Amino acid sequence: MSLVEMLQPSMLRVARMYVSTAAVAEEVVQETWLGVLRGIDRFQGRSSLRTWIFRILTNIAKTRGQREGRSLPFASLAGDDLDAPAVDPDRFDTGEASSQGAWSTLPDDWTGIPEDRLLGRETLAVIGRVIDGLPPMQAEVIRLRDALGWTSEEVRNALDLTETNQRVLLHRARAKVRSALEAYLSSETT
Amino acid sequence: MGRDLTCKELVELVTGYLDGSVRGRRRRRFEAHIAACDGCTRHLLQMEATIRVTGSLTEEQMTEEQKAVLLTAFRGWSTS
Ligand SMILES: [Zn+2]
Repeated sequence: MSLVEMLQPSMLRVARMYVSTAAVAEEVVQETWLGVLRGIDRFQGRSSLRTWIFRILTNIAKTRGQREGRSLPFASLAGDDLDAPAVDPDRFDTGEASSQGAWSTLPDDWTGIPEDRLLGRETLAVIGRVIDGLPPMQAEVIRLRDALGWTSEEVRNALDLTETNQRVLLHRARAKVRSALEAYLSSETT
Repeated sequence: MGRDLTCKELVELVTGYLDGSVRGRRRRRFEAHIAACDGCTRHLLQMEATIRVTGSLTEEQMTEEQKAVLLTAFRGWSTS
């Protein structure tokens, strides 16, 4: 698969975060490739090529979004639930000081689940939908990090996030995917 | 070594632990807790399994799912 084909879907999604329609997002991606061709001589290899391409994309998309009068606050892309706990607080003991904050219900043991069920088509379809339903920046961070295997530094640079924001977005996204997976796996066995 | 981590606190450190940003004394405290706690061991294994599931998604599946979501939305509009 060519680099263009490989990056195109993520590029369209990232562009779409900042502009109003899918058609404008496509224009942004095209403009990005032109920018990449024009600037390739200046690419220093200090960041990875894909990170550099995404920096160009993000800049063009943001400028375009601003021109459309569509400047979104960070929270509308990142979600307003970044402070939420990773695990339902009811799972932990609220009682006396010595046991407070310890598991009151142990998490399920997933080590016995066969790989072909855990990674089966149906499970993946469920998880794909869960990720689609996340706030856009959480969804893109987990896709780039966990589905496409980018490093945290690449994602941080590509999406113009601080180190902490990148981690918090990923943490929140993974927590929700884990909890959806737990619900799916336990509903299947009963 | 300071106050021990509770399980509730530990689950919030898992992402930082896995990406290496939890370092030094905090990292040792995290590992000491995991070594002694079945619940947190299971939780950490669940998180690793979750990452493997997401890691098995292909770009096509992600795009297919997006199409499916769109189609569902369209169906919603046409029936309402
Ligand atoms: Zn624990």
